[in-house]
Amino acid sequence: MRGFTRLRRVGLPYLLLLPALLLELLVHLVPMVIGIVMSFKELTQLHIAHWGAAPWKALGNYRVTVDFDAPVGATLLHSFVVTCAFSLLTVGLCWLLGTAAAIFLQENFRGRGLLRAVFLTPYALPVYAAVITWAFLFQRDNGLVNHVLHDQLQLTGDRPFWLLGDNSFLALLVVSVWKTWPFAFLVVMAALQSIPKDLYEAAALDGAGIVRQIRRITLPSLRPINQVLLLVLFLWSFNDFNTPYVLFGKAAPEAADLLSIHIYQSSFVTWNFGTGSAMSVLLLLFLLVVTAGYLLATSRGRKSDG
Amino acid sequence: MASPAARAPRTAGRRRSPTAPPRAFLWTRRIFLTALTGFVLLPVYVMLSSSLKPLEDVSGAFRWLPSELTIRPYLDIWHTVPLARYFLNSLIVAGSATVCSVVVAVFAAYAVSRYRFRGKRIFTVTVLSTQMFPGILFLLPLFLIYVNIGNTTGVALYGSRGGLVLTYLTFSLPFSIWMLTGYFASVPRELDEAAYVDGCGPLGALFRVVVPAALPGIIAVAVYAFMTAWGEVLFASVMTNDTTRTLSVGLQGYATQNDVYWNQVMAASLVVSVPVVAGFLLLQRYLVAGLTAGAVK
Repeated sequence: MRGFTRLRRVGLPYLLLLPALLLELLVHLVPMVIGIVMSFKELTQLHIAHWGAAPWKALGNYRVTVDFDAPVGATLLHSFVVTCAFSLLTVGLCWLLGTAAAIFLQENFRGRGLLRAVFLTPYALPVYAAVITWAFLFQRDNGLVNHVLHDQLQLTGDRPFWLLGDNSFLALLVVSVWKTWPFAFLVVMAALQSIPKDLYEAAALDGAGIVRQIRRITLPSLRPINQVLLLVLFLWSFNDFNTPYVLFGKAAPEAADLLSIHIYQSSFVTWNFGTGSAMSVLLLLFLLVVTAGYLLATSRGRKSDG
Repeated sequence: MASPAARAPRTAGRRRSPTAPPRAFLWTRRIFLTALTGFVLLPVYVMLSSSLKPLEDVSGAFRWLPSELTIRPYLDIWHTVPLARYFLNSLIVAGSATVCSVVVAVFAAYAVSRYRFRGKRIFTVTVLSTQMFPGILFLLPLFLIYVNIGNTTGVALYGSRGGLVLTYLTFSLPFSIWMLTGYFASVPRELDEAAYVDGCGPLGALFRVVVPAALPGIIAVAVYAFMTAWGEVLFASVMTNDTTRTLSVGLQGYATQNDVYWNQVMAASLVVSVPVVAGFLLLQRYLVAGLTAGAVK
């Protein structure tokens, strides 16, 4: 009897985990293993129906993807650079807007609750509905952006294209910042609530101005949360598929060719799953290295602080 | 937070309390918040105003105000594309994915937050790391698995709602486990112990004590999981067919070869946004509290 209860106590956590373990296996681990196997095979449209029997290509797919002089590698490298620039800019701008808005809403004033709800709206809207609306704003002939810039302010000589050519990077960035910054706002706002009020009062009585209070009290208190926030924002924007796909369709313009769209296109439009998988595996390795490096660097910084 | 005593001198225009913010700060705040509100609401205004315009208004140069107000787009959206069916599909898929991941995550999070066991670290690290992986990484293999299962057994996972729900678990499950673990950890263990003393088993303690105490967190996780699934595009664009298409893909149907019915696109966008935005605003407090409990700690 006692042995039975012991077994139950030891076994219980595993029993509770069982459904999660099975599903994790099904939706994450098995697909990942298969994805890695796929990256070593020749999976063009000839072989997709019976991909198990597809010819082995060893490192062939990887060789093609990292050969930066050949077309496949060259466009991948370009897409990688675009994605890095896009993510870093998105993270920076979202953090700036979110932190500034959270600091300005820290103190209570009339309309604060309403503004908070307004600022969270982009976050609540379904991604595709919001991005389709932005696509409408950026239309060349009937969009609001050109109407304001060209018809009303006459800042541009001709109606520029926003969803084609180099401008598309800017359009993508604006949409991405618009829908992501409320998350930074939300997190920073929550973190600000844990800073004791008397710290500010003491600083104010000592004659510290508002800028100095923000620099000396607010920003240092936000450091631990910022470390997590910046990483999460980076991973999100680096992996974002929804925004470019709804804004541009299956093939993004060269200037806004994010990696997720690029891999999607290499796989489902040109039907080469082998190279698509190789690109996915490389992307995963890159993200793992960046995340591990970032976590190491920030945790070391934290240790030397305390 | 300013007490009435601290605010009184400011409105009176006499000596200002030392903790009251200077005028320059107030002006910066006013300008910044106004500009930001404009930026945030611009697409919302365009969505609303364009959805009430006749087609000529949205096809020609942009107009701030409709030439005539019409609710025609709201009637036409249901016929141009089978919007009701897409709506139902989205509801079924997002709802099932939410229920499934939250239920499974409740058990897993309880095990992780209450027990020490071998393999716990590996489990939590795996869950955490799969959250940062791009969806495209799982999409390609899952697509091939579904096609293969269909070819060998005749079970049509590819294109089915059930198959889509399964792919949605790739993002909603790790997120739910992670958030709920954080939330359950903040429920004091003394509560469980009191339940044990009263004769509850571990499952009794979970359902009679921990789940009710963490209900705001569970609601927050469910809202978030539903919102994410409702807005998902990548899996939906590959894993659906004509009958199982969800809203995120179906909305593209308003663009024909000759014309884009922008007024209908905006009306449909507004209609599909209303349920989630309403739910979000209603449950906002829980979501904010849940996000911070899970993400900040």
